[in-house]
Amino acid sequence: MASSAVLTATGIVKTFPGARALDGVDFELRRGEVHALLGENGAGKSTLIKCLTGAYRRDGGRVELDGVPIDPRDPLDAQKLGIGTVYQEVNLLPNLSVAENLFLGRQPRRFGLVAPGEMNRRARALLAGYDMDIDVSAPLASYSVAVQQVIAIARAVDLSGKVLILDEPTASLDAQEVRMLFRIVRDLQAKGLGIVFITHFFEQVYAISDRITVLRNGRLVGTRETAQLPRKDLVTMMLGHELHATEKAADTHVENAGPVRYAFHGLGKTGKIKPFDLEIRQGEVVGMAGLLGSGRTETAELLFGVETADSGTCEREGERLSLASPRAAIARGFGFCPEDRKVDGIIGDLSVRENIALALQARRGWMRPLSRKEQDALADRYIKALDIRTTDREKPIRLLSGGNQQKAILARWLATNPEFLILDEPTRGIDVGAHAEIIRLIESLCAQGMSLLVISSELDELVAYSHRVIVLRDREHVAELVGGDVTTENIVEAIAGQDRRRAS
Amino acid sequence: MNAKTLPLYATLVIFVVAFALCAFQYPSMLSTRVIGNLLTDNAFLGIAAVGMTFVILSGGIDLSIGSVIAFTGVFLAVVLERTSIHPLFAFVLALAIATAFGAVMGAIIHFLEMPPFIVTLAGMFLARGMAFVLSIDSIPIRHPFYATLKSLYWVMPGGGRLTLIGGAMLVVFALGILIAQRTRFGTNVYALGGGAHTAALMGVPVGRTTIGIYALSGFVAGLSGIAYSLYTSAGYSLATVGVELDAIAAVVIGGTLLTGGAGFVGGTLIGVLIQGLIQTYITFDGTLSSWWTKILIGGLLFAFILLQKGILSLSRGGRALSVKGA
Amino acid sequence: MSGAKALGWRLLPQIVALVAILLLIWLSFPGFFTVEMQNGRLYGSLIDVMNRGAPVALLAVGMTLVIATRGIDLSVGAVMAICGAVAASSSVRGDPLVVTLAMSLGIGLLCGLWNGVLVAFLNIQPIVATLVLMVAGRGIAQLITEGAILTFNDPGLIFIGSGSVFGLPMPVVLWLVFGIAVALIVRRTALGLMIEATGVNRRAAMLSGIQAPAFLMSAYMLSGLCAALAGLVVTADIRGADANNAGLWLELDAILAVVVGGNSLLGGRFSIIASLIGAMIIQSVNTGILLSGFPPEFNLIIKAAIIVLILLIQSPRMSHLAAFAKPAGPAAPAVGMQKDKTIERTAP
Repeated sequence: MASSAVLTATGIVKTFPGARALDGVDFELRRGEVHALLGENGAGKSTLIKCLTGAYRRDGGRVELDGVPIDPRDPLDAQKLGIGTVYQEVNLLPNLSVAENLFLGRQPRRFGLVAPGEMNRRARALLAGYDMDIDVSAPLASYSVAVQQVIAIARAVDLSGKVLILDEPTASLDAQEVRMLFRIVRDLQAKGLGIVFITHFFEQVYAISDRITVLRNGRLVGTRETAQLPRKDLVTMMLGHELHATEKAADTHVENAGPVRYAFHGLGKTGKIKPFDLEIRQGEVVGMAGLLGSGRTETAELLFGVETADSGTCEREGERLSLASPRAAIARGFGFCPEDRKVDGIIGDLSVRENIALALQARRGWMRPLSRKEQDALADRYIKALDIRTTDREKPIRLLSGGNQQKAILARWLATNPEFLILDEPTRGIDVGAHAEIIRLIESLCAQGMSLLVISSELDELVAYSHRVIVLRDREHVAELVGGDVTTENIVEAIAGQDRRRAS
Repeated sequence: MNAKTLPLYATLVIFVVAFALCAFQYPSMLSTRVIGNLLTDNAFLGIAAVGMTFVILSGGIDLSIGSVIAFTGVFLAVVLERTSIHPLFAFVLALAIATAFGAVMGAIIHFLEMPPFIVTLAGMFLARGMAFVLSIDSIPIRHPFYATLKSLYWVMPGGGRLTLIGGAMLVVFALGILIAQRTRFGTNVYALGGGAHTAALMGVPVGRTTIGIYALSGFVAGLSGIAYSLYTSAGYSLATVGVELDAIAAVVIGGTLLTGGAGFVGGTLIGVLIQGLIQTYITFDGTLSSWWTKILIGGLLFAFILLQKGILSLSRGGRALSVKGA
Repeated sequence: MSGAKALGWRLLPQIVALVAILLLIWLSFPGFFTVEMQNGRLYGSLIDVMNRGAPVALLAVGMTLVIATRGIDLSVGAVMAICGAVAASSSVRGDPLVVTLAMSLGIGLLCGLWNGVLVAFLNIQPIVATLVLMVAGRGIAQLITEGAILTFNDPGLIFIGSGSVFGLPMPVVLWLVFGIAVALIVRRTALGLMIEATGVNRRAAMLSGIQAPAFLMSAYMLSGLCAALAGLVVTADIRGADANNAGLWLELDAILAVVVGGNSLLGGRFSIIASLIGAMIIQSVNTGILLSGFPPEFNLIIKAAIIVLILLIQSPRMSHLAAFAKPAGPAAPAVGMQKDKTIERTAP
């Protein structure tokens, strides 16, 4: 079938200072196929994509497009060659009109001047091919992310037309929008485009892709026909070992946690999350599952006072709490490791020491500074206890790897001695070793009597350490699995939703 | 479309209402004479503000224009006094220098990736310094050609005069609107204001556009300097200090988002006229002091910043969720 | 202590630059380092540099903190004029010195509060927010002085401009004591850490329990206070409030002093002492040009040349390799001003 290949990459090597991100990876994309590219975070998916689109220059290997060797200098160059990319965060300009976004840099002109009428007409015609009839003279920002996504695809296909790379395009879309997107992808596939599809959602992989390529730790694990690859095998390819989480989990569930420590009743915020009840016991890990955008992070932010609830109450051992701000929550013994470490977690330019001491210092107030000695001791203690790998506690935290940054943020909260720790995707984007350590840490903190709420997309991981799992869908808490019911299958089923919604 | 054009309409309404109020109190303000003077007196500011609009639309700022205007004026005065070249040739020279000056600033901003604020601050000092070096005195321009140019005007019905520089301002605005709305360069300016990184990924030639924007700003600042030298018939290195502030205020009052990406060149004209109107009113009134101009303009500035903020948060409100989820 | 050593390294380029400039001036003006004692007061070019640099040095203290929060305060020059006008009009009215000073400093704080509210609570970009007061402020000052230069002869107020303590001119004492006091307070408490954290990543700081708005407000209020002090010095020096010219364009010098002090305009790590040295570098250049017999017309050109030089040294291009080592997000900012905006857009 080599003749039908539109894009072939052989032996791609990319090295970063201190790490080999891609180690001789082969990848082949056929005309008219949807090819899912999978792998855990850090497996090398985005590095491979960036090497194909010219965002990075590869250090070794060959890339051929239609049998011709190519070496794109930058994404623009790749686009001209025929490789278009659409990212999860729509890379268009929100302040320009839809038509301007579609034709930026190639606007039709008459007598040297841009002809807006002609441009809008062409834009409408282009979008009509995607069954989309919208006002193309309106600013892009006035449309939903899904529509923007389609516009981005239309632009990429119009400009490139051979290969379309979709980098997590569905991450922020709802189910209906995903269906619309898939319809478009199938149309393009039928037109003979080669489509690379990156996603975290297995359902979508099986729904749309013809073949799957899995990367792990910068190496190619293999390429398989989707139809002949059972889910379990796919998971094994991605993780590199048979899952024993489901079995191991059983003993976690049976043991009973302490008395109810926190009780939240009818907490909710319009447009963010429907009112929900939640109880958390001493020494209990409550897992929270759901797709991105299902309201998981919103729940966490409501509990931590990042967003103020417009309904509901919070109680700690029967006493009413006000969670008006993170500060108030911290004062009551809460801690929160946010999902987006880079944006919400680390203070990049500050040292590891300062990052660790920050929350404790903030709680003490600026008038009562921790002495340098105390800070040093604190930092050293957690660097050792959590095995944070850094050459020096004075190193700016942004220079650390993702896993070590995550551990430093955990240390930031552990230093405040919290009673209730909320972890939003604590293991995302970190290497395997750190991954296991963080899971072990969750278990040991729980054993020490801390209450934890852990949000994760890694279902087997959730099953392994959670006493209970709350499942969210469409900004609503839809199910609660307890004890023996906590299994990946049950969670997946609840996420998928068999229309047996729990009333709350 | 509403969110995009609302500030423009707001400016327009403010101008019309303010003018109506002024005319109600002083009916004589409703004459082409006053309008003609409004255009003439604010011509140099208006011309320079066109360049500032492009700079601000692209997400930048240009602090150097006041100094460039002064430099151009001194340059013309010195050249016309000490040499015998024709003023038109001197104009070309001055424009070439001002354009090159802007282009160099743009190049520094782009290639050294430095904030426009600091780069054009250096430009502000440099241009003013060059004016000082040329001459620290006010030099009158007595060239007969200047008298010829100043005698060119069109008598509007009602006796008002549309002078050469007043007309030039209107032409510059018309060209500015055309460039902003109907050229690829114009769209690229908006694109830069929407996000330089994304614009680059979408194929906007960021370097060329940035240099072009500041060169354009330099060019119209030079043009404004010529207008100013015609207006005052002199060149003085201490003139037009702080004009960049007036220009920024005109741009913002004209409905352009100070952070870039949204706004209209035409709005700036109204912003300039509102400032001129306040001054005219104070002159008519006779009892009000000139400092009220600054206070009023500051207040208007504040009102427009709040308006923009409100529109932004409203239009963002709907998308906040999806942004969060991403 | 490692802290002192780190501070030494941090200040090294600024100290070297200052010493180099002073030596250069000394070469063309041998009497430069001569300091004499007359009537219990020190005189000499060096003292003159410190005295004339006082307003910018005072402004630089507050500006450093504001810039550390990733902000900028364009209004300080206008606030100087307002506070000077307030002090002068109060003095003319015959208020006791304490009332005059309290009113002037209070108005400065109030101006800072205004800027702080716009930035911290209305989330208006600092450059935009402080522009309002920059434009309107001078008008307000003129309103207070009614357009005239308001002269006064309260010896107490005049003392601030031309008196001396322990042989040092009062303005020098003011900026030294005030600057060092603020630097100490900021570093001996956790204020500095909180401000740096807020400047580097406001959202992450908030999520760690830092009251970012409060610290933003405090930075702008301190900047207002500094402007009031500088306004008092300038007003007392000429024994009158000149609403038109007091503090004119000094905001630019103050920003320059902070940048020359090696503080990043993008916020984060800061050093007040470095900014103070920066202010002295700027003043030395000014004075040096005068003393060395260079035509004063060249002053601005040399200043511009210095900025360009600093730009070259601090250019992100120079430290590009370091910046590229950390993976840039898809919306990585490219050009200065746009940086803030990207942050603003991605933050909910």
